[in-house]
Amino acid sequence: MPQYNAKVYVTLKPSILDPQGRTVERALSHLNHENVGSVRIGKYIELNLSGEKAEVEAQLKDIVENVLSNPIMEDARWELTEA
Amino acid sequence: MKTAVIQFPGSNCDTDALEAAKLLLDGDAQFVWHTETELPEGTELVFIPGGFSYGDHLRSGAIAARSPIMKAVGAHAEAGGYVLGVCNGFQVLTEAGLLPGALSRNRDLHFHCAPVHLVVENADTAFSRAYDKGQVIEIPIAHGEGNYYADAETIGRLETEGRVVFRYKDNPNGSLNDIAGIVNEGGNVLGMMPHPERAVELLLGSEDGRGVFESLKAK
Repeated sequence: MPQYNAKVYVTLKPSILDPQGRTVERALSHLNHENVGSVRIGKYIELNLSGEKAEVEAQLKDIVENVLSNPIMEDARWELTEA
Repeated sequence: MKTAVIQFPGSNCDTDALEAAKLLLDGDAQFVWHTETELPEGTELVFIPGGFSYGDHLRSGAIAARSPIMKAVGAHAEAGGYVLGVCNGFQVLTEAGLLPGALSRNRDLHFHCAPVHLVVENADTAFSRAYDKGQVIEIPIAHGEGNYYADAETIGRLETEGRVVFRYKDNPNGSLNDIAGIVNEGGNVLGMMPHPERAVELLLGSEDGRGVFESLKAK
């Protein structure tokens, strides 16, 4: 059965305040990186799936949208590659 | 009032929830483990307690919201049964889709553990009728992710439908519209970040939380 590797990126929606990102941004500014802005912190998730490609793609979409991210406050994108 | 207190791995206010229910809801309260698929026969109130279910991994309440017992909790709510989610329980209810919106990191990134003042915004719900509208009560909070968020349309609906039950007097976490507790459309599901079960005896510092249980009992 074909094996696939998925890389999932979950980020806060642009409209949601990211206090972690802002804290890091301020720290960078204190370290003289004054030209750095818009720091946003998200999550990176890897997983492996086995199965036929079309089924795995649909399954991954379901997993990402219904479990790995909360669409109320997060955006998610993913990459699927054959392992 | 027959009460089921749901326990997840990492729940840590479960005993307080059970004791408060026993003290104020006629003693008929029991724990229900998250792997169960049915609530005890005749359950009237489901109490989802605070804590750090599944270590807050992925998102607070996310994994607990998808555990086996939650299907039965959803059906109970659908049938008009009462559900009370406190702190992590509120997070679980939003993740499960039983309440709108989401709870995100506190605005200042700090974990806040302190008594706070709440304004009773709606004293005409099954959870708040023992209070007076506009009454200020003191109930403790203990959370790092209590910053209530929902899109503008949802917030507008909550406000116009009187579904904001409790509001912070001094917003500790950045919640939109100072929201501390809301009910669902049917008024039978309440989620709130402050802990009424920790404020049921003067020995604990406040008994202002009793009203939530007394309201339910008066049903």
